[in-house]
Amino acid sequence: MTDVSAFIVQTLLYLAPGIVVTLSLVIVSILLGLLMGVPMAVGQVYGPKPLRALIGVYVWIFRGLPNLVLLFLFFFGIFPILGITDDPFVVAATVLGLRSGAYQSQIFRGAIQSIGEGQMTAARSLGMSTPQAIRHIILPQALRIALPGWSNEYPILLTDSAVCYAIGVAEILAKSYQLVSRTAEPMAIFLIAAVIYILLNYGGMRLFAQIEKKISIPGFGKGAL
Amino acid sequence: MGADKYILRVEDIHKAYGDREVLKGVSFNVRKGETKVFIGPSGTGKSTLLRCINQLTLPDQGRVFLNDEEVTNSGTRINYFRQKIGMVFQNFYLFDHLTAVRNVEVALLKVKKMDAAAAREKALEELRRVGMEDWADHYPAELSGGQAQRVSIARALAMDPDVILFDEPTSALDPELTREVLEVMKNLARQGMTMLVVTHEMSFALSVANEILFMEHGKIIERGTPAQVREDPSFERMRKFIGKFADFGEGSGKEDD
Ligand SMILES: Nc1ncnc2c1ncn2[C@@H]1O[C@H](COP(=O)(O)OP(=O)(O)OP(=O)(O)O)[C@@H](O)[C@H]1O
Ligand SMILES: [Mg+2]
Repeated sequence: MTDVSAFIVQTLLYLAPGIVVTLSLVIVSILLGLLMGVPMAVGQVYGPKPLRALIGVYVWIFRGLPNLVLLFLFFFGIFPILGITDDPFVVAATVLGLRSGAYQSQIFRGAIQSIGEGQMTAARSLGMSTPQAIRHIILPQALRIALPGWSNEYPILLTDSAVCYAIGVAEILAKSYQLVSRTAEPMAIFLIAAVIYILLNYGGMRLFAQIEKKISIPGFGKGAL
Repeated sequence: MGADKYILRVEDIHKAYGDREVLKGVSFNVRKGETKVFIGPSGTGKSTLLRCINQLTLPDQGRVFLNDEEVTNSGTRINYFRQKIGMVFQNFYLFDHLTAVRNVEVALLKVKKMDAAAAREKALEELRRVGMEDWADHYPAELSGGQAQRVSIARALAMDPDVILFDEPTSALDPELTREVLEVMKNLARQGMTMLVVTHEMSFALSVANEILFMEHGKIIERGTPAQVREDPSFERMRKFIGKFADFGEGSGKEDD
């Protein structure tokens, strides 16, 4: 028994930095995606036609390419050419973030479009400019409506992050692989890795449920929409 | 200019959607403190007319003046005029994510840039005016239709408008809730608020209006005081239209019951 628990503890200790890297990667890319997704959604709903088309093309490209293709393209191509950095973590966070931004923009766009036209009309009738109305009336509602769907970005990014091992990000899977090559215990180690992913997933789910509860408003965004 | 004591002037408003002419030249003037009631069949352009006044819909032709300043073609100054021209909608359009008091204060904070304490005080005062102060912390979904409409009236009042446009403010309400909203509107009229009201509430029109304007097919066809409308048979179209609503002739009897 002690052998087994010692093995588990050792494995966990070895993987711990990988867990930190994975979580950092997910958090940075989800925030980058949020920073891009909200303005893109606003642009797609309220912006001029050329802007809407441009955003549409961006979304189409980033949703249409496999993660690994984007990672290789940025790691071996775009970043070296631009001479920005060769840090795989930065490349991975950028790629996951750009891709998540494309997905997130469509979640927020749907939420904005589900808000009745009357909200904007009423805001404008009080003398708010369109940007003021978007900021103070439309977005606070849209973000609440979007939250349940938006929460899915977390498990998606969490699972997607494993691919980043391919460009040398020292995340959970990369660390597991290293350990396997040293100990020749693939089953046990990958199983532990899998359990870690599941627990991280579960933790995130709980966190988002808490946030949803905290910002919920009586009678708002339930069924009526 | 000095002789011109109209608070609102609407001159020859035209509006078409595609080749469908919805407003075919509508003009009228409003003095301070007047209540003008617009009635008429569905689809004759009453809502469009109100929306052309505060430019939520842009008229194709014609001009609107508020206190002799042009509202039409006013560029971004329209946001100033809209503060001065309140609007109350059939479906209330309360901001669903804000409590009653925050519905009333949000434009005070963001448009008038009032400080938080002053805005809150003003918002509560307006809620009191419509009898909704006890509901200040409730969300729209927790209010009855009549309560929601009273909050939306408070929201318009908070901007200290020169005139308020009401677009069928009671059409979405049960008779009982209609009464409480009409009561608030009657009080406003008594307090000297200038109001343009589109409604099917004929007793309200006949008892509160300074003038009733009958619209059909994008034009004002007949217009007169309630007394004229009631007594003068030459108001043929309007009398026939009002006759479809049961309470014609006993309109004023319903006041203050
Ligand atoms: N945005 C729009 N696009 C196209 N047609 C419109 C638009 N808004 C209104 N209309 C049309 O204009 C006409 C007048 O509409 P409006 O809502 O002003 O009438 P109304 O007198 O207020 O009628 P109701 O009593 O039913 O409210 C209608 O035929 C309507 O279908
Ligand atoms: Mg209408």
